[in-house]
Amino acid sequence: MATDTTTHPAADERLKTESFGARLMKRPELGAIAGVILVTVFFVLTADPAMFTLSGIVNFMTPAAQLGILAIGAALLMVGGEFDLSIGSMVAFAGLFFGAATVAVGLPLLLAIPLTFLFAAAVGAVNGTIVIRSGLPSFIVTLAFLFILRGLSLVGLKAVTGGSTQLRGVRDATEGDPLAPFFSGDAFGPVFAWAADRGVIETFGNGTPKVPGLPVEIVWFVALAAVATWLLLRTPAGNWIFAAGGDTLAATNSGVPVRRVKIALFMLTACCAALVAIITVMDAGSTDARRGFQKEFEAIIAAVIGGCLLTGGYGSAVGAFFGAIIFGMVVIGLGYTSFDQDWFQVFLGGMLLIAVLFNNAIRKRVTGER
Amino acid sequence: MNGDTAFHHGDAPAGAPIVEMKDIEKHFGNIIALAGVSFDVHPGECHCLLGDNGAGKSTFIKTMSGVHRPTRGEILFEGRPMSFNSPRDAMEAGIATVFQDLAMIPLMSVTRNFFMGREPTVGRGPFKRMDVDRMNAVTMERMREMGIALRAPDQAVGTLSGGERQTVAIARAVHFGAKVLILDEPTSALGVRQTSNVLATIDKVRKQGIGVVFISHNVRHALAVGDRFTVLNRGRTLGTAKRGEITPEALQDMMAGGQEMAQLEGSLGGTV
Ligand SMILES: Nc1ncnc2c1ncn2[C@@H]1O[C@H](COP(=O)(O)OP(=O)(O)O)[C@@H](O)[C@H]1O
Ligand SMILES: [Mg+2]
Repeated sequence: MATDTTTHPAADERLKTESFGARLMKRPELGAIAGVILVTVFFVLTADPAMFTLSGIVNFMTPAAQLGILAIGAALLMVGGEFDLSIGSMVAFAGLFFGAATVAVGLPLLLAIPLTFLFAAAVGAVNGTIVIRSGLPSFIVTLAFLFILRGLSLVGLKAVTGGSTQLRGVRDATEGDPLAPFFSGDAFGPVFAWAADRGVIETFGNGTPKVPGLPVEIVWFVALAAVATWLLLRTPAGNWIFAAGGDTLAATNSGVPVRRVKIALFMLTACCAALVAIITVMDAGSTDARRGFQKEFEAIIAAVIGGCLLTGGYGSAVGAFFGAIIFGMVVIGLGYTSFDQDWFQVFLGGMLLIAVLFNNAIRKRVTGER
Repeated sequence: MNGDTAFHHGDAPAGAPIVEMKDIEKHFGNIIALAGVSFDVHPGECHCLLGDNGAGKSTFIKTMSGVHRPTRGEILFEGRPMSFNSPRDAMEAGIATVFQDLAMIPLMSVTRNFFMGREPTVGRGPFKRMDVDRMNAVTMERMREMGIALRAPDQAVGTLSGGERQTVAIARAVHFGAKVLILDEPTSALGVRQTSNVLATIDKVRKQGIGVVFISHNVRHALAVGDRFTVLNRGRTLGTAKRGEITPEALQDMMAGGQEMAQLEGSLGGTV
């Protein structure tokens, strides 16, 4: 009987104290951090040392950040138990909307940016509502949207430009806008100039720093990773995301508003795509129909490398953060080595495979499955 | 079979029931899972719902806990008619359910499971966050009260044994101030010792004045803690008996479908 309920439970002889290593193993982002270390070691050994100078780091962090913003959205959605294969196309579609709003309509950024986010959120909500209402796998519903949004971007671009698949003039339209520095160019310019004066960072002959500032996407990327991590680990909404992805029925029965959580996640992912669209369109000064092409796969791969399980309910935003950095390092880093650039895809596939095998083993450990 | 009225001599305890279910029917398409079931629970009693597999026990308690809407029938909660649209509604009213399929998420920690859907927060506005320290402390404390030593509050539920998971679910319901605790076959997958622990937990919970609905197809487990026993068979109630008024054999026969009615009537004192 329950006589032993009064004895002190701390004295249970079957409990082994957990080693630090065992505790670490339980962190979903462990694999991605190990991956960053491995990849860094690899490039330190094989690449031109220029890769790890300040300008080299900014060089690979910029694409990492653009991908990472998508990957963090994708990771939250995957933890919530769903996929979105339409994020790449969403980048093009949101880019078209943003381009049309600024160039064709001539809206100031103060209106164009919130409208672009609203528009993306609405598309995300449609995606999510169809998935939730139909009960179909999000994989198939968002695969449909991958094509629908890409096609709409093409058709829309032609309609706006009168036949071209590229919409130019975004730079002229947004130049001097007070909101422009938040979404394009470099941040912390004065800090970099000050550091250059002191000789802390590299400068050109005339004394201007080689890296004039931190590209804004890196700032957004880091901020988003921090907010997403806080959301997942420290807020009730984060608990609901884990619960919704872990077991929809159990979560619903415990009072978690699963539908609302999932639809909100689809909206968030679409907004991440819109953010990338705004930043890259303003950076390029134009938008085209190929924008964001295949980014959905790269984002999902970064999320998986970051420890997200394909089955949902497990993963982390920090992991996706490091997953995206691995990505950027490999894409750009190969250029600093004597290897053929095209090894990139092999590398990527290999990383994905290792990550999935690793995550699967971790899941079995955590759930005590044998 | 009109056993429905015939066996209704197990008088309810004095006082008003917390929940009263009247002539509940539930149809799934052309399947009639419940064909008119009445049932009530009083504070501090353990009312056992017995029946063979497929009798409709789970379906019945799901109508009580807001998962299903009854096709027909009435639910009174503290005397007032109630219609729950979701498990959340029922939970907020004070009906907590430990489902047969447990409603626990193996990949999540014990603490996260314990507070799932009802996370306490601190801070305000955009800085509103879960009160993680308090959540961990409460979880450890509540589990210790139930006799379970957690390694750490962030231990995944998947690493707990079946009995421990049941206990987490029960502790959670009690912590959130349930007035009625529904347990759907909490002992069916457990070993002897774990079963004893769960039964002891039920007894503790009842002594706190909570009404317990204990579902089982094991007569011995039911008799160990039950105050009243209602038998469900093929979507109907076969009757309600009080503790001490019915033998294990009679209960067993009733669950088997009432073929041994004569014998059963005898043991009930020939009131039929
Ligand atoms: N959602 C559902 N749809 C159709 N039939 C169901 C559903 N839920 C339960 N049933 C049927 O109702 C009957 C009673 O099931 P259940 O309540 O689970 O029995 P018990 O818990 O007593 O073993 C079974 O015949 C089952 O097949
Ligand atoms: Mg059942």
